[in-house]
Amino acid sequence: MRRLAMHIARLVAVMLLGGLLGATLVRVAPGFGTDESDLDGRLSSASIQALRQSNANHENIAIFYFHYLGRLVHGDLGMSRTLGQPVRQLLADRLPETLKSVGLGLTLAWTLGLSLALAAVVSKKSYIDLFGSFLAGILLCIPAAVLAILFVITRAPARLALGLIVFPRIFTYARTLLFRTASLPHVLTARAKGIGNARVLCWHILPVAAPQLFALAGVSVSLAFAAAIPVEALCDLPGIGQLAWKAALGRDLELLVNLTMIVTAVTLTANSASDLLGHVSHAGEV
Amino acid sequence: MRQRLIRFGFLLITFLAAGAMHAQSGSQLRFCLHSEPKTLNPVLMADESSETVRYLTGGVLMRLNRLTQTLEPELATSWKESAGGKTITFKLRAGLHFSDGTVFSAEDVAYTIQQLMDPALHSPTGDSFRSAEGKVITRVEGRDRVTVTFPAPVVGLDKLFDQVAIMSATSPQKELAVLGPYYVAENKAGSYLLLKRNPNYWKHDASGAQLPNIDSIRLDIQQNRDIEMVRLARGEISFINSLDPEYFDKLATQAPGTVHDAGVSLDSEQLWFNQVPTSPLPAYKKAWFTSTNFRRAISNAINRDDLARVVFRGHAQPAVSWVSPANKVWFNAKLQPHPYDQKAALRFLANDGFRMQNGVLHDRDGHIVEFSVITNAGNKYRERMATMIQQDLAGIGIRLNVVTLDFPSLIERITRTFDYEASLLGLVNNDLDPNSQMNVWLSSAENHQWNPSEKTPATAWEAEIDNLMRAQAATLDPKKRKKAVDRVQEIVWEQEPFIYLVNKNALSAVSKSLHNAHPVVLHPQVYWNVDQLSLGSEVAQSR
Amino acid sequence: MRWVRIIAIAFLVVVSMSCLLANFVAPAPYAYQFRELPDASPSRQHLLGTDSLGRDRFSRLLYGTRVSLLLAPAAALFASILAALIGGSAGFVGGWLERCVMAATDLFLSLPWLFLLITVRALLPLNIAPFTSVLVTFALLGSLGWAAAARVICADARSFSRSDFILLARASGSGGFRLLWRHVVPNFKPVLFAQFWIAVPVFILAEANLGVLGLGVAEPLPSWGSLLRELESFSSMSGQPWQFFPLILLIAVISCIHLALRKQEPSL
Repeated sequence: MRRLAMHIARLVAVMLLGGLLGATLVRVAPGFGTDESDLDGRLSSASIQALRQSNANHENIAIFYFHYLGRLVHGDLGMSRTLGQPVRQLLADRLPETLKSVGLGLTLAWTLGLSLALAAVVSKKSYIDLFGSFLAGILLCIPAAVLAILFVITRAPARLALGLIVFPRIFTYARTLLFRTASLPHVLTARAKGIGNARVLCWHILPVAAPQLFALAGVSVSLAFAAAIPVEALCDLPGIGQLAWKAALGRDLELLVNLTMIVTAVTLTANSASDLLGHVSHAGEV
Repeated sequence: MRQRLIRFGFLLITFLAAGAMHAQSGSQLRFCLHSEPKTLNPVLMADESSETVRYLTGGVLMRLNRLTQTLEPELATSWKESAGGKTITFKLRAGLHFSDGTVFSAEDVAYTIQQLMDPALHSPTGDSFRSAEGKVITRVEGRDRVTVTFPAPVVGLDKLFDQVAIMSATSPQKELAVLGPYYVAENKAGSYLLLKRNPNYWKHDASGAQLPNIDSIRLDIQQNRDIEMVRLARGEISFINSLDPEYFDKLATQAPGTVHDAGVSLDSEQLWFNQVPTSPLPAYKKAWFTSTNFRRAISNAINRDDLARVVFRGHAQPAVSWVSPANKVWFNAKLQPHPYDQKAALRFLANDGFRMQNGVLHDRDGHIVEFSVITNAGNKYRERMATMIQQDLAGIGIRLNVVTLDFPSLIERITRTFDYEASLLGLVNNDLDPNSQMNVWLSSAENHQWNPSEKTPATAWEAEIDNLMRAQAATLDPKKRKKAVDRVQEIVWEQEPFIYLVNKNALSAVSKSLHNAHPVVLHPQVYWNVDQLSLGSEVAQSR
Repeated sequence: MRWVRIIAIAFLVVVSMSCLLANFVAPAPYAYQFRELPDASPSRQHLLGTDSLGRDRFSRLLYGTRVSLLLAPAAALFASILAALIGGSAGFVGGWLERCVMAATDLFLSLPWLFLLITVRALLPLNIAPFTSVLVTFALLGSLGWAAAARVICADARSFSRSDFILLARASGSGGFRLLWRHVVPNFKPVLFAQFWIAVPVFILAEANLGVLGLGVAEPLPSWGSLLRELESFSSMSGQPWQFFPLILLIAVISCIHLALRKQEPSL
């Protein structure tokens, strides 16, 4: 219980640190505090000066972050400067869309990737491995924008593009891990003893490769979130990926801090879970 | 009994026919916005998407007919300017209601003006009216008469009201209660806006049927222009405003009747050099950029015809000065685009002591002439123009580095840090009156891009422009104004603070199922007469 | 399968030689604009046609291959080495070091590095040589692209540190860096190769997208990424299939790298 509490405390501390670092990156980046209205020829000099003054509010990042945490405790996530709406409302509207996209994408990527990797290991035919590698290679080389257009042209659900972006990594790593495990002495011994393919796979390969596969699973969640940004931005899916892109272009500090903390929380949770499962599977194996 | 049945049948048929004649029940017009509207408050709208919503929902006192370019009465049946352009009196239509049923009166006009001119709001539309400091006074004279008095004369005063959507002073819905053809029924963040017909819209067509013809408009938020094209090809949207030239050509071969080139627009693309004395540039570069000979040389070295032909595929023409030829009233027809002439360019440079050495241009102190031009990333036409200019300048020994930046970084460099050498951007111009560019041409203005906020004019020609722009703003005499504006165009043509490159054509694509669309040069191009558009089966559109 | 590997290696050699000898092979300078022939179809003069500014596509492909084929694998190698060092050390040592390093890795995966890249661009002079800009871009990509692989390698190293052969090595007197280097790291090779192979095309495409921030290849220097950006347009989907040649070449090269470097894998 104590260990769990400490672990959670560590996660929260890292999450808060992530928020601060993210806010710092945004604050020091050039273009912070600017707005397209700076170039609006209709605005008088007085108006432009006043707008610049109001955009330059977040001078000291430490003070901003301190106030932000104070508001966060009360559930106030701030106001988006670029979209003029409460951040809480924006996230509530858009987070479910991204979670759907990421969920679908990861399901597709893991189903396809792990299946092909397992088939490559189990099968005596090298063409399955070659096919999987070739498919992964093609998908790695196709720009996300081209994939997005292809999905629109073929009227396929754009969310699945996420799966195709993450699949090559899943397949390549999973294939590598499984093949390496299949060449270990204990597997060779098991085969020599006449144990069947299915049993060797389930009892001697997968348990040994499990910690690394779990680590891969944890990493794939953050990869999927990262891939969500270009897919949602290109396909105009109203998720947090699209929101993150707009916020980045508008240097929307309030929105970006919240998004960073959400992504950090998801990454930490996924990787902690994968570490835990990895430890458990290793303990079971021992 | 039989007669009653016949009468009933007749009435039923008449009712159905009337419904069919009205013809558009359940009809929905769909097109795309390229970004999410930042606000639905009409006095604060500044971005293109918000202004689209304002055009579709806002009732205005007068409307500039985008086709004929004349001002037409709308909520105001008549108006009169007096006191040398300081005062304007409106006579309003009686018996009108907002979309929520609230009665429209002169109080609403007064309220809107007060909101618009609130200095704390910093409304771009409001600033267009602000010719001098001071309070704007509104006087309501009965239910349907209101007078607005400004602290100083405002040139083109009546046309400015085309941008002022009247808000209700009393409606509980506040700015959502509108007088235009549509009202905002649904706003799904990041996805779409749904506008529905205003049940209290005051206009009727020639046969007496209430307008608009189309029941609803769905504005999909679609940033990606390629996907917008796919959707048009698929019939999911009815038109594309501001169509890209390469898509224009593609559609022209696939579906010739759907594309429209309305001719040269008011928009321009230009390049300018940083002439800010306090910029962090080395002194020798500041000397280059502040030299008229240098700027004229660059201008002569750029092949504008190629830019128009290659980058814009012939859907643009070489630009002359800051007023587009599309602006027939104000354009100085005596001026011609600077010709592509490398020899002339080298002569201008020689006047300032530049010389060629092994194909590379050096200044009088031996510095290699090399500089960068920044432009916003993601605009492929500007990137291509910059690359073509790079080759053009290589022809006179100049090394040009093309740097594309994200927009906030670019804005910071050209408005705050002044850490840039040259910039390539465009101007989207919605206003025919040259007074709308006052904040660009006055040397003390923030948008005097090459050297903003000068305490005193840095050069004699800038001082002359200041005087001329103030003079044209202080008189209502069109001849005097024309003379002053013509002279400003001449000075700009000679001095080239902005090197005007091209004026783009107004391109659009309209589905054959959309009837009565007459795309024009002025924004909003296709849907300027939205209340008269109709949807039906694909037949030849009337012209 | 040996012949497949030979063909793959031969193809890579041909591509490498072609781009290294681009100065002699290319029919036209990569920057020259044949302005009378924009978007031209393939012909004897222009084997892959011309782009929207009339530049010979084949020449640009040769020079672009040179840039991308040299720098992307270098950046991928750099990222792989970083992943191995960071992930391997953390997993092998374990304990609080592993926890700290993995927390830092998770943080690394979550932060909006876009702003670091924008800041780096702001610190660079505007008049930077195109090749220097590319070099900086790929160096940045390499230093930012290690985190995902580091996690997997950490889990790998953790497993290895508890395995019997490591126990045997320790019992034999091996320890510390020697143990890590001689007995653990060689087992990372397959995962590192996977990381390397994935990173090459990812970095090539990422370089093109960094053009939005002012990084990446500056005009007129071509790269694979900038050539592939031409495909990001509906108008290129039909009517100009030769525009897909850079994509086909990239797929072929990536596939050949995989075939050339993979070992014959055992199956069950």
